[in-house]
Formats: sequence, C-alpha cells, structure tokens
Amino acid sequence: MRIGVVCPYSWDVPGGVQFHVRDLAEHLIRLGHQVSVLAPSDDETPLPSYVVSAGRAVPVPYNGSVARLNFGFLSAARVRRWVHEGDFDVLHIHEPATPSLALLACWAAQGPIVATFHTSNPRSRAMIAAYPILQPALEKISARIAVSEYARRTLVEHLGGDAVTIPNGVDVGFFADAEPKPQWQGGPEGHTIGFIGRIDEPRKGLPVLMKALPAILEAAPATRLLVAGRGDEQEAVAQLPPAMRENVEFLGMVSDEDKARLLRSVDLYVAPNTGGESFGIILVEAMSAGAPVLASDLDAFEQVLDGGAAGELFPVEQADALAASAVRLLADPARRADLRKRGNGHVRRFDWSTVGADILAVYETVTDGAASVAPDERTGLRARFGLARD
Amino acid sequence: MPTLTTVIWIVVALALVGVYLSWTAGRLDRLHARIDAAKAALDATLLRRASIAQELATAGVLDPAASMVLYQAAHGARQAEEEQREVAESELSQALRAVFAESAQLEAVREAPGGHETASELSAAVRRVPMARRFHNDAVRAARALRSHRTVRWFRLAGHAQPPLAFEMDDEPPPVLADRGHPSQG
Repeated sequence: MRIGVVCPYSWDVPGGVQFHVRDLAEHLIRLGHQVSVLAPSDDETPLPSYVVSAGRAVPVPYNGSVARLNFGFLSAARVRRWVHEGDFDVLHIHEPATPSLALLACWAAQGPIVATFHTSNPRSRAMIAAYPILQPALEKISARIAVSEYARRTLVEHLGGDAVTIPNGVDVGFFADAEPKPQWQGGPEGHTIGFIGRIDEPRKGLPVLMKALPAILEAAPATRLLVAGRGDEQEAVAQLPPAMRENVEFLGMVSDEDKARLLRSVDLYVAPNTGGESFGIILVEAMSAGAPVLASDLDAFEQVLDGGAAGELFPVEQADALAASAVRLLADPARRADLRKRGNGHVRRFDWSTVGADILAVYETVTDGAASVAPDERTGLRARFGLARD
Repeated sequence: MPTLTTVIWIVVALALVGVYLSWTAGRLDRLHARIDAAKAALDATLLRRASIAQELATAGVLDPAASMVLYQAAHGARQAEEEQREVAESELSQALRAVFAESAQLEAVREAPGGHETASELSAAVRRVPMARRFHNDAVRAARALRSHRTVRWFRLAGHAQPPLAFEMDDEPPPVLADRGHPSQG
C-alpha cells in the first residue's frame, strides 16, 4: 500500500505526535508498505529517507502558546505537489483541526483520507470562528481515529460525528528487553522512584512530587528520586529541605535507551501530571518496562491504566495522597509484583503489532471501493471556470 | 453612468453567488461519493463476516446446536432484503456472541486444522464491522448536516437524491474475539 502521512509539527522538535508518526511510519515500512511523511522542518535538519520537508514552520501565537505552523501559498503548493507525486492509496493526516500542514493537506487532496486526533483541547474561540472554513475540509475525512476515549469525546463534542479509538503505539519489546542499570536500581537499603518529563513544565507535575517527597522520605529515608528531563534543577529542589536534596538525582535529558533502562531499573514510576494529557504514552512505556505505576487520576491516565487495574491512581495535585500511596507501595513488594504482572498483560494492546494492525484495518476499510488519493482540483478557482491545466 | 455601475455590481454579485453554489454542490457531490465508498466498504465487511461465520458453521468443529444457530444467522444475514438487513446482521452479532460466549469454543476452533487462520479472520471481521459502520454513519451525518443547510434546501442542490440513511445495528463483537490483550490475535 502507498501511504502518505502528514505530520503537522516540526520534525526537529521532539514531541508526542512526531514520535507517533515516526514509529508508525517505520512500523509500516517494516511491513513492506511504501510510506512518505510530509513534515515541516528546517532545511539543515537531516531527515530520514521517508520524510519530505514541507518547509520551515513559522512560530505564531495560537491558542495561548506559541505554535510553529505552516501556511501560505508556498506551503500549500508543496503539499499539493507532494500529494500529486506520491499517488497514494491512502492519506493519513494527524491533528487536522490545527491551522497547519494537516489542514492544508486536507484542503488540497481528495480520496481516502484518514485523520488521527491527538489532543483533547477545550473548545477554542478560533475553532468556533473557523468552523465554517474547517467543516468543508474536515468532511473530506473518510475515517477518524481518536487516540483515547477522552480524545474521542472531545472530538464528538466539538466537531460532531464519530471516530474509532486506536491508542498510540509503543514498542513493548524495546522497553521489556532493556538492561537495568545497577546505579538506578533500588536495593534492600532503599528504593528508587522514577520521574520523566520536563522539569520546568508545571503540568508534568514535578512540583507535586517535590511536595510529597518529604513525607515519603520520612517513612523511607533511603529512597532516591531519579528525575530525567530538561529544566532548571536548582529551582526544582528549592522547596525541599537542604538535607533531602541529596535524595534527588537529576539525569538531564536521556536517550531512548537510557529512558528504557531507567524505567526497567526503578521500583516505582510516578506520573503526577496535573493536566493537558490526552493519552499518557509514558505510562505505557513504564508498564512495558515492568515498572509499577502510580499516576494522577486524569481522565486519560485512568483509561490507559484500565481504570486503576493496571496501575495505582491518586487524586490529581494531592501531594498527601501521592505520598501515602508511594509509601504504601514501596513497603509492599507483593503489591508491586502484582502491578508489574498486570501491567505486563495490559500493555499488549498498545504494542505496535496490535496498534499497527488496527490502523491498517482502517486503511483497508477506507480504500475498499474508493479511488486513490489525488489533488483536489475543485479547490482552485481556475478549475471552477474550467481553466485548470494538468 | 449610475445604471451601468449598478448592472456591473449585480453581475459581480451573481457570479459570486454562482461560484458559491457550485462549490457547495461540489461539497455535496463529494460527500455522496464518500457515502458510496463507505457503504461499499461496510457491505464488504458484513459479507466477509457472514461468510466466515457460515464457513465455521459448516466445518463441523462446533457442536451441532451451535453450528445450526450460527448457520441460520449467517445465512439470514447474507440473504436479507435491504429493509431487513439491519435486523439480520444484528441477529448474526447476537448469534456470534452466544456461540462464542465461552473461550472454550474459540479454543476448539483454533485446534482444528487451519483453525488458527479462521479464528483470526473471524476476529478481524467482527472488529472491522463496527469500524466500517462508524465511518459510514459519520459520512451520512456530514451529508445530512450539509443537506439541511438553507442554501442547499433553497437551491435544491441535492437534486432528487434520497436523504442518506445511517446503518443501525448491534455490532458488539463477542468479548473473547475482541480482546486486544490476547497475544495470539493479530
């Protein structure tokens, strides 16, 4: 199958959607499909052979933060040429409701289009205003995929219609087979707790964990907290009594390999996020690596953890509850072993073999009885007056 | 020459209205094409499901009672008239759920020669029905929303085409076939 994938966010900036697109493309290529990914990127960034650059994304303030987006005649022309040259059987666009590459692709193409909705943003003013413009583009999408039941609900409320739920994929084997690192492992003298995420992004919840840490250390003084992620380390521990700062180790940005090894090593993985999550891939990665998970009870996390069956939940932003649960889990090896086992069984549905098969099933369903993807000539004004050249 | 200016403006306005109408008609046309494709895909998945169910029913791997129930439902689904189709397909879903209520039946199918492929084909088929139906009904909803738009109604852009209908049925797959946590299902 010839598959065109549109990634709306810059390839050179790490992010959940980009990683998903990369893993999906590589998984499909391994299965013998022809995949071309269109993504914004700087011209200097080296790209994998399957990625086609759509030009540089322009930073613009949008929806409360600075987003890097593609628009304008040049981008639209590039999208159109890519669609024309690719001659795809199916076009898979990500985040079609952002004013970027995905929307341009939706506008420029016709034929079987599959779209994945990743975020679960509250309804924005821009989206309401843009609805009449958005609708003609969105109604070309033959199949909608939401990454979680939560994302699906937002989609149904905002745009109407329906979607199938297919979770984000994880290479379970990569995490399950990682080699634990002895210095990150807990021993009989003290356990280790893991945290991965931007230190200076409050929504990732490190401040909540820092607030809970004194109580955890009081019950288990030799416990070590391992923090992997970018940000100001001094500021992060500023609230902590100086004597306890030694129990926090900052690892900085870690490679994918080290991330897997860290998750394999720790006795407990804590996800104290306070919001803004629509899926929670890190929880799946932690479970794949066999780490017992303690997470805040965000809708998305609750769903990934099977309503609390595959990992423990605590009320969001409640540092006391987090501390109590962590202390209880660290003192209870049997419960942690139980969580490891449950997590291990639960993550199979997130493995790329399962997720990839489901996505391919969607492709096959929409390509059944449909022509292939082609540039949509109706959108050009010249075409309307019969003046279009081929 | 105020009259000439007025005439020019009227012509421009009419041209713009014409472009808008042609564009809306194009949208509607494309939505109808999308419904046709989705309907064809839904037909194919339903037929695939009924065929595999019928194959299983006549293969002799299930007990006679289960075989008869399954055969009856699969046959009914394949032969149903357009108006009875939703009911017949729902009955096939119910029959499949009843037959595969316990995992022992699925194990029996898997153990038969070539049964592993049949079992995975069946689980793929029962999972694709809700998918195809959702895509179809989503297209129908989008078309109905556009058709109810006043521009479309006033200018009769939808022509004489019948309003598209959603396909309503019970498509809940049997739990043992839908469980994605099971390693042996691809």
